[in-house]
Amino acid sequence: MLTYTIRRLLLSIPTLIFIAFVIFMLLELAPGDPMSQMPLTIPPEVKEKMRLALGLGEPWWVRFPLWLKQFFIVEPQYWIDSAFGTNFADGAQRIISFQSRSPVFDTIAERIPQTLWVVGMSYVVGVAIALPIGIISAYKQYSVFDQAGTFVSMIGFSVPPFFSGVLVIVIFSVNLGWLPSIYDTTHEVVDWDTFKFQMQQMIMPVMVLALQTTAQVSRYMRASMLDNLGQDYVRTARAKGMTESVVVMRHVLRNSMIPVVTVIALGIPSIFGGAIITEQVFKVNGLGQLLIIALQGSDIPMVMTITFLLAVLIVLMNLIADILYGVLDPRIRYD
Amino acid sequence: MTDLSMPSDTPEPVEKTHNQWWDVWDQFRSHKGAMAGLIFLAFITLFCAIGPWLWDVDPGKLDIRNKDVRPIYVAIWDGEAKTSWARPMGTDHLGRDIMSNIMQGGRISLAVGWTAMILAILIGTFVGVISGYFKRLDWALMRFTDLVLSLPILPLLLVMMLLFRDPLRAAFGPETGIFILIVAGIGITSWMQTARIVRGDVMALKEREFVLAARSIGTPPRRMITRHILPNVLSPIMVSATLGLATAIITESALSFLGLGFPSDFPTWGKILFDSVDRMTAFPERVLWPGLAISLTVLAVNYIGDGLRDALDPRIRGL
Repeated sequence: MLTYTIRRLLLSIPTLIFIAFVIFMLLELAPGDPMSQMPLTIPPEVKEKMRLALGLGEPWWVRFPLWLKQFFIVEPQYWIDSAFGTNFADGAQRIISFQSRSPVFDTIAERIPQTLWVVGMSYVVGVAIALPIGIISAYKQYSVFDQAGTFVSMIGFSVPPFFSGVLVIVIFSVNLGWLPSIYDTTHEVVDWDTFKFQMQQMIMPVMVLALQTTAQVSRYMRASMLDNLGQDYVRTARAKGMTESVVVMRHVLRNSMIPVVTVIALGIPSIFGGAIITEQVFKVNGLGQLLIIALQGSDIPMVMTITFLLAVLIVLMNLIADILYGVLDPRIRYD
Repeated sequence: MTDLSMPSDTPEPVEKTHNQWWDVWDQFRSHKGAMAGLIFLAFITLFCAIGPWLWDVDPGKLDIRNKDVRPIYVAIWDGEAKTSWARPMGTDHLGRDIMSNIMQGGRISLAVGWTAMILAILIGTFVGVISGYFKRLDWALMRFTDLVLSLPILPLLLVMMLLFRDPLRAAFGPETGIFILIVAGIGITSWMQTARIVRGDVMALKEREFVLAARSIGTPPRRMITRHILPNVLSPIMVSATLGLATAIITESALSFLGLGFPSDFPTWGKILFDSVDRMTAFPERVLWPGLAISLTVLAVNYIGDGLRDALDPRIRGL
């Protein structure tokens, strides 16, 4: 298992470098120019100087390794420095945003908590709703509950977050006036009232994102439970005289969780993608909104870094899913 | 005359040989959700395709005097509201007729969805068949598929939209250029699942006797693939085509919703939704119509996919 993990970790390095290269070349080859938004009255020689100041003077085979070095070496050094008060970085050049002229990672660090709160919470809520639905749907297959569960998950697959989000805003903020439509990130939780407000403003974005998760995970849970419920060991367990709850909750559920856990791990990157849209709907100033603003302003270092971070997340989650599968299911041997 | 007196022990008329697609259709028809989905998809397609001829209002025509007309049903509970039978779904803040916009937008959204889906299916099937059939190419192609699968799709699509928009617009005109860009973008980022499924099926088929028989009489690889392999992987391809259509429609609307799709005077469902969000407090119906159109179409397509999967599975069909 350990050798497998190490091999996969090593393999993911060229994968990540290739992905970084693809993103970099896409940004590089694209005819769009970060200077195209500048006024036309700027003389060409000044424009050329501005390009140089942005670091665009060098050809790509100089800038791509430089970006890799900044991402993988310089930025972690700054991290360690700020954590332990050391001085590894020694004033090395960090990845600088074109728009704000400040280090990209500082801006990202400011935005991450909001995104993690909304996205992480929605994932937890979504999975927590999905698992019981899946279990009951499978145990009572073709019952009214099962049919309703199928229908709800069909809706979860079909209604895009930019419509469900807008719909709940119209219903709960505009017509009923119960919940605020804009997520206020400056809000601080100090006492019960502010906590209540935080819950109120979180419930809509969280539930909109959770609907997607629930739809997917409950389907997998149901299918996996159905696979296991028909197995011989279930009959054996019943024949031994175990109560129904022990059979279902202990024997079947444990075995059914194996594929579901990997699905849960694999779904994490895609929920960040969904967060891009949800943050736009609820005006959460998280990572997704940062990406959209950076895109509109042709802020290439910012776009590159955020996109690559998402790619890292995908590769990492694939790895975790594969390893979890091996850990949870002793029948699977990678070596 | 003798015929009449003949005893009834004549052999039963040979049962007409079924086309297997009739069986599939029979099974498909018994799936209520799938039939409802098919009917709705047909309805919305006709609504968008034929609608503009029957409802002959230019979707881009500004009519400032009749701006902000509410839909006709608002009159039921609010007699004061500005409604008009000439504008059954109301007009927007510039007086453009919403019904004709929904029709025009639906044409674009459905066209993008279908074309992008067909493109993705073509690429996916090609990669899957080649990789499953030719062992030498398998490793490289599958590693490539894995790599593409680990790309963050939505951010990359956004980047592509933003960066390639102007040159394509200059080359093909504003509408065709963006159409090509969106279709190509969605197509080349959503073929991977199809490729994986097709590859698995092709590898299993290659071990079957009929393939061996075909090879033993000297069938060249090309004819082997087109005559023997492809017809047998048609069902998984059709199922993933329905999923692909649903995803393509959602992705196009998402891009338009983020303001990176078609230009603003060129309606698609996602674009109409995006433009209406600012005024949804006063005019919630403008958000409702395009959103319902997207959601119901995707729901219909998903149900069709569900029914198709059941109908194409011989174990469920009882054969």
